[in-house]
Amino acid sequence: MDVSSFPLNSNVAALQKQQMHKRWRWFFFSMVGLVMCVFFSMMLGAKSIHPHIIWQSLTGQITSEDSVIILDGRLPRTLLGLMTGAALGLSGAIIQAITRNPLADPGILGINAGASFAVVIAVALLNISNPEHYLWFALLGSLCAASLVYLLGSLGNPHRNPVRFVLAGVALSAVLIGISSGVTLLNPTAFEKLRFWSAGSLDIRRLDMVLMIAPALLIGMVVALLLASPLNALSLGDSMATALGINGPKIMLLALLAVTLLCGASTAITGPIGFIGLMIPHVARWIAGQDQRWIMAFTLVLSPTLLLLADIAGRFLLTNELRVSIVTALIGAPVMIWLVRQQRRF
Amino acid sequence: MEQAYWRIGHPTSAITFRLPKKTVLISAVLFAITLTLAVFGLTKGMLPLTLQQVLQALQGDGSLTLQTVVTQWRLPRAVMAMMTGAALGISGAIFQSLLRNPLGSPDVIGFNTGAYTGALVTVILLKGSYLQMAMGSLLGGCLTAVLIYLLAWQNGVARFRLIIVGIAVSAILNALNIWLMMSATQESAMSAALWSVGSLNGITWEKSLPTGIICCVFMLVCLALARPMQILEMGDDLAQAMGVNPDRTRAVLMLAATALTAAATAITGPISFIALAAPQIAQRLTQGASLSLICSAAMGSLLLLTADFVAQHLFMPTQLPVGIITISIGGIYLIALLLREARKQHL
Amino acid sequence: MTTQPHTLHQRTEITNPAMPLSLSGKSLSLGYANKLIAEDLNIAIPPGSFTAIIGPNGCGKSTLLRTLCRLLKPLQGEVWLNGKAIQQYPTKEVARQIGLLPQTAIAPEGITVTELVSRGRYPHQSLLKQWSQVDQIAIDRAMRVTGITELANNLVDELSGGQRQRVWIAMVLAQDTPLILLDEPTTYLDITHQIELLELFFALNQRSGRTLVAVLHDINHACRYASHLIALNKGKVIAEGKPADIVTPALMKAVFDLDCMVIDDPVTHTPLIVPHRLLPAF
Repeated sequence: MDVSSFPLNSNVAALQKQQMHKRWRWFFFSMVGLVMCVFFSMMLGAKSIHPHIIWQSLTGQITSEDSVIILDGRLPRTLLGLMTGAALGLSGAIIQAITRNPLADPGILGINAGASFAVVIAVALLNISNPEHYLWFALLGSLCAASLVYLLGSLGNPHRNPVRFVLAGVALSAVLIGISSGVTLLNPTAFEKLRFWSAGSLDIRRLDMVLMIAPALLIGMVVALLLASPLNALSLGDSMATALGINGPKIMLLALLAVTLLCGASTAITGPIGFIGLMIPHVARWIAGQDQRWIMAFTLVLSPTLLLLADIAGRFLLTNELRVSIVTALIGAPVMIWLVRQQRRF
Repeated sequence: MEQAYWRIGHPTSAITFRLPKKTVLISAVLFAITLTLAVFGLTKGMLPLTLQQVLQALQGDGSLTLQTVVTQWRLPRAVMAMMTGAALGISGAIFQSLLRNPLGSPDVIGFNTGAYTGALVTVILLKGSYLQMAMGSLLGGCLTAVLIYLLAWQNGVARFRLIIVGIAVSAILNALNIWLMMSATQESAMSAALWSVGSLNGITWEKSLPTGIICCVFMLVCLALARPMQILEMGDDLAQAMGVNPDRTRAVLMLAATALTAAATAITGPISFIALAAPQIAQRLTQGASLSLICSAAMGSLLLLTADFVAQHLFMPTQLPVGIITISIGGIYLIALLLREARKQHL
Repeated sequence: MTTQPHTLHQRTEITNPAMPLSLSGKSLSLGYANKLIAEDLNIAIPPGSFTAIIGPNGCGKSTLLRTLCRLLKPLQGEVWLNGKAIQQYPTKEVARQIGLLPQTAIAPEGITVTELVSRGRYPHQSLLKQWSQVDQIAIDRAMRVTGITELANNLVDELSGGQRQRVWIAMVLAQDTPLILLDEPTTYLDITHQIELLELFFALNQRSGRTLVAVLHDINHACRYASHLIALNKGKVIAEGKPADIVTPALMKAVFDLDCMVIDDPVTHTPLIVPHRLLPAF
C-alpha cells in the first residue's frame, strides 16, 4: 500500500482558495462598515453636523459651537468606542478560545465586575477621584477577578467544565457587585458619583482620559493578536498543544495579561459594558470558521462597529440619551438566549 | 449499616419513617444553638435586659413596656430571621441539587435582580409605599423566575441553558435597574438600594405573619418532596425508571423553591448568599451524599440570625442592613471554597 | 475483585419466582425531532429469556430499549405490558415491573454502597411508608447476589469500574422487578469484569426466572450468554431467535456489513464470530 500513489485532490486546493476570497471580501466590507460607523458617530447626535465642519474642527481651522461639540464630545466618544469596542471584543474572543465555551465573555465571567469593584473601592473607600490613579485599581481588579474565576471554574476538574466556569463567574460577579453596593450605601457622596458611572457609557467628554488608556489598550490588543496562532493549537486540547510545541502555561499567562489590560483599562473609563465580547466572536466564527487568526481579525473590526452602532442608537432611542451599556444589554441578552437555544449539546 | 438510621414504626406497620441519625443530630444541635442565640439576642439592644426579664416577658408577665419591647419589637425580628433563614436554606439546597452544582443558587442566577426591579418599578415609577415595594419585589422575583424557566424550556430544562438564560434575563433587568436608578431622585434611589441588600429592620408581626405562613406551607411541601429530589440526583433516565417524572418533579420543586425565596424576599428584601452557603456548610457537617433539606434549613436559620445579630450590634448605634453582612459571608465562603478545592487538587 | 464468578453462581438463589411478564412493541415508529430511526417496528420479548439486542451504532438499539420502558414516547405505535398499553399503568407501577440500568446513571458524590442500593427500593415506598422488612430483605439479597456485601460501607466513588457496575446492578436488583433492562452494561469495563457481569446476568436469568434484556455491542458476548437475540439494523429487525439458530455469516453481513465465519465456541458451544481480513495481506 503505497501512500504516494494516492491521487492529489485538486478540489481541496480550489475550495481553499474560494474560502480565502470569501474571507477577504467580508473583511473588506467590515472595514467599510467600520469607517461608515465612525463617520456616523461624528455626524449624528442631538445636532447633526456636516462632515465639512467636522473636518475643519479636527484640523483646527474653525472654533465654533459645533467644533466644541466635535472636539469635546464626539471625538473622544468615537475614539473611545473604537478602542474599547476592539478591546472588549478581543478579550471575549480570547476567553471563548481558552475556556472552549462559546458562551463566555468578560461580563459573564465577572472580570468586568472585578474592575468595577476595584474602582468602587478606590472611589468610595479611598476617596481617589483621579482617573489616572483608579485606572491601576481597575487593572488590579480585573487581574484578580480573571485569576479567581479561572481557579474557581477549573476546580478539581481538569477538563474545564463550561458550566462551572460560568457559575464561578456569575457567583463572583454577584459577590463583587453585592459588596460594591454595600460599600456605596455607607458613603452617600460616592453612591451619587458611582450611580451614574456604573451604567457604562462612552460619553465621557475628556480626550485626555481616552488618550491615557490608549497605551494599555494597544499593548493588550497586540498581545491578543499575537496569541491567535497558539490559541489555534490550544483548541485541540492541552496535551495535543504541548505535543505541538506550545507552552501551555506561558500562553495562559499572556492571555491573562491581555484580558486584564483590555478589560481593566476599558472598564476604568467607560464603566462596565457587556455582551460585545460575547456576540462578535460568534459572528466572526460564522463568517470565518474556526481559525483564530481570522476570528481575531474580524473581531477587531466588527466589535467597534457594534459598539459605535449601539452608542449611536442610544442617542436617538429615547428623548434623553440611553447609555450604551443598556443598549448592548438589550441587544445582547436576547442574542444570548437565542444562541443557547440553538446549541444542541446543552 | 444498621447504625446510620433511626427507624420509626414497626417493620410491618403502615406508617414508617427512616431518618439519618447524623443529620437529625446535627440539625438539632444547630437549632439549639440558634435558639440560644435568639434568646440572648432578645436581651440586647438600646434597652439592655436581663435573661429573667426576657423570660418573664415571654411568659406574659412584667410591665407593658417590657412586654412590648420583647414580644412586639425584638421577638418578631428574631423569629423572622430564623424562618427566612430556614426558607432560604431549603431553597438553596433544592436549586443546588437540581442544578447539580454547589454554585447554583437562586440569588446567583438572577432571582434577586428581578426582585430589585420589582422594588424599583414600584418605588420610582409608581411612587408606592413600603408595603407596595415589598409586594412589587415579590412579584418581580416570581415573574423573573417564571420567565427564565419558560425561556429555558426546550423539551425539558437543561441545567446549562437555565443558567445562561438566567444570566441573560438578569442582564436585561440589571440594565433596566440602572436606567431606573438614574432617573430617580437620590433619595428614592438610595432607599431602593437599601431595600435591595435586604434588611430585617422594623419587622413587626403584622408585616410578617401572612408571608410567614406561606413560607411554612411551602417548607412543608419541599420536605415532602425530599425523597423524589434524591432520586432525581441519579440522572433523569434512572429517576424515570424508578417512577419519578423528572420534568414534572423538577418543575414543582423549582416552583416551591422559588416561592420560598420569594416569600423570604417579601419580608426582608433580597438577601444574598444564605441560599448559596447554608446547604454546602450543612453538607460538610453531616458528610452525607445528598443535600439534606432539614439540615440546610437549620444552618440557614443560624447563619441569618447570626448575621442579623452582627448587623444590629456591630456598629452600635448604626443599624446595618443584614444583607451587607451576608454578602461578606458570601465573599468569605467563596474564598474558603476555592482554598478547599485547591488543596484537594494538590493532594 | 473479591468474588470469583463460580461463587456467584452458588450464591444465587431462587427469589420471587417471577411471574412471566410479557413486553412487546407493536408498529413502533421511533425517532427524534428531525430524524426517523425506525418505522413500523414489531418486537416481542420472550418472557423468562435473556434477550440481547445487537446492531451497529445508530441503528436504534438504545432508543428501542428506552421506548420499551417508557422513557421515550414512540412517534407511532404502542408498547404493551402484560396485555395493556404501557401508558395506562401509573408510573410507579411500571417501575415495579420493569427495572432499568441506563448508560447515564449518576452516583451522587460521597454516597455509600448500601445507600445507593437502598435507593432502588423507592418504587415500593411512599411518603408515609419509608421502610419495611421487605425492603431490608431485598437489599441484603441484592448485595449478596452481586457479591458486594463486604463493600457495604465503602464510598461508591472509591470503587473500581467493575465493582461500581455491580453496585448499580444490585440497586436495580433491589428494585425487585420481574423484568430488567440494561443499556450497554459492559461497554466501559475490563474484559474480566465484563465476563463476570455477563455470567451474573446469565445466572440471574436461569435461577430466578427474571427476564433480562440487554443492549450489547459485542456480538460474541451476546451469542455466549443470551438465550434470545434480536438483530437490528437501520431500524428494522433483521432476525431474532436463539443465537445458534440465527447467527450466520449472512446475518453478520446483513446487520454489520461484516465478512466473517461462524465457528463453535470451544468453551460454551455457542456461535463464535471470526472476522475475515478486510485489507489484503502484505
